[in-house]
Amino acid sequence: MFALVDGNNFYVSCERAFRPALLNRPVVVLSNNDGCAIARSNEAKALGIRMGHPWFQIRDEWPDAGVIALSANFTLYGDMSSRMHAIAAGMGPHQEIYSIDESFLDVSGMRNLVQRGHVVRERILQWIGVPCGIGIGATKTLAKLANHVAKSADRKPGSYPADLARVCNLSSLPASDLDAVLAATDVGEVWGFGPRISAQLREAGITNVLHAAHMDPATVRRRWSVVVERTVRELQGQPCIPLSPVSASKKEIACTRSFGEPVSDYNGLMQAVTEFTTRAAEKLRSQGSRAAQIYVFVHTSPFRKNDKQYSQGTVVPLERPSANTAELIASALRGLRVIYRSGYRIAKAGVMLLELQDASLEQGELDLLTSSDTRNSTLLMSALDSVNDRYGKGTLRFASAGTQHEVRGWEMKQERRTPAYTTDWAALPRALA
Amino acid sequence: MYSPIIAESRTDLATFPVLPLPLVGGKLAAGFPSPADDFNVKRHDLNELLVVHPLATFMWQVSGDSMTGFGIHNGDILVVDRAVAPKHGMIVVAQVDGDFTVKQLYQRGGRVKLIPGNPTFPEITFREGQQLTITGVVRASITRHLR
Repeated sequence: MFALVDGNNFYVSCERAFRPALLNRPVVVLSNNDGCAIARSNEAKALGIRMGHPWFQIRDEWPDAGVIALSANFTLYGDMSSRMHAIAAGMGPHQEIYSIDESFLDVSGMRNLVQRGHVVRERILQWIGVPCGIGIGATKTLAKLANHVAKSADRKPGSYPADLARVCNLSSLPASDLDAVLAATDVGEVWGFGPRISAQLREAGITNVLHAAHMDPATVRRRWSVVVERTVRELQGQPCIPLSPVSASKKEIACTRSFGEPVSDYNGLMQAVTEFTTRAAEKLRSQGSRAAQIYVFVHTSPFRKNDKQYSQGTVVPLERPSANTAELIASALRGLRVIYRSGYRIAKAGVMLLELQDASLEQGELDLLTSSDTRNSTLLMSALDSVNDRYGKGTLRFASAGTQHEVRGWEMKQERRTPAYTTDWAALPRALA
Repeated sequence: MYSPIIAESRTDLATFPVLPLPLVGGKLAAGFPSPADDFNVKRHDLNELLVVHPLATFMWQVSGDSMTGFGIHNGDILVVDRAVAPKHGMIVVAQVDGDFTVKQLYQRGGRVKLIPGNPTFPEITFREGQQLTITGVVRASITRHLR
């Protein structure tokens, strides 16, 4: 038996926890560079604002709706997310953090699941101010579906029976009620059916989840794939997808970003690539790995039709696997010099660390010459990380990243970002007295 | 150069019978042992004192003079515990008209109001049907005398 705990409109809810004036108003949170909506309050959804809706269109279409747009404040969302997951862990003994605002829990053998769900939901709401929905089912796919029911019943009264709002346990429903819920749910809501599969299913007359649950798995495998078959079995209550182990180390680490403004000069790109490599190297060290290769790329914006287009990337092997920011930057910039061409308005760049390996595995060959270097480099990097941990990101940085006083056009445009309320002493929320 | 030899001796080690040896923990220092070694050294940690529910604890900064009677001053930092159920007489952070405010909670005989700690400020009262949202209970306020 599985439960899925999922924060409602998570980014918006995090913002509202520190700005009550945003309650009951249409609020959207925008993607990097303030491009399009990546989270919407219920009021914004009711207006008809879609996921991914570009901000300039929202502004034009609803000039008088008082829509409030905020830049994504991931520092805040990250802290709120770890608090939410930690409280949600009270729901059951094993937890899989599925995304920033969702976690699955194994609740096999536990009683009073709905009641327990309401307690956990209330606790998350009271402790951090974020409302969430909890779905419970015999499989992860059913738990995810139950979560959809719990949220819809809460947001749109009448869409499902009111007693399924907020916390919904599909496995406790009598068969006829369960069938009614499945029949009332569009096949596109099923976790695991992408838009393409959903369209094909609809064409085949499978429009709602009840239809999908009644399909014959063997036929589904023949006609579609084992992946679709697995989803159908899960809808039928047969667990096929176990909880994933906690935080497996990543096989590759990327840091890529669109620029606030296009960058043409080498200096600007050098700063950006240095910054991205620095971030990636921090992640690399925090999971205890070293990288053997680094991929660096730049490209122009395909949306700026009038710009000459250029897109290029290259892989640079490191002399030996390293987690040292300086060595990684040196290789990344070597790659950048190879792919850089003047005269293009570069809109996006990034680096990817490849062939990651465990840092505790020593390379045997001719290491006598370099082992003290390696040790010193490890010490230097941990000093760097602790200074930046303690005094804030970027306190100690590599000179090729440029200085804070320089105009850094490549930096993300985030003109509407709220302060880091929970992590920066200078940004505490105000209480009027 | 030495690596192959090391590698070989490792394989050999694996075939040896296991010979358990006691491992002595801690450091051995020449000179006099410190008489404090046997005592658990853990310094005062303000978190222990001020933060009972870490997941539910957030900080606010005070802006204004309505709470001076409770020793809460402009610029103080409030340690707010959202996991504590608010009760009559507690200092709380509440949401009023889209802002946060810090006041004392009065809850007696079906009447609810927010009381300032300074007679020159008015009480905040609530009409029938009007809802008071309390964000959390103030566990401590921190006044810094040197900045």
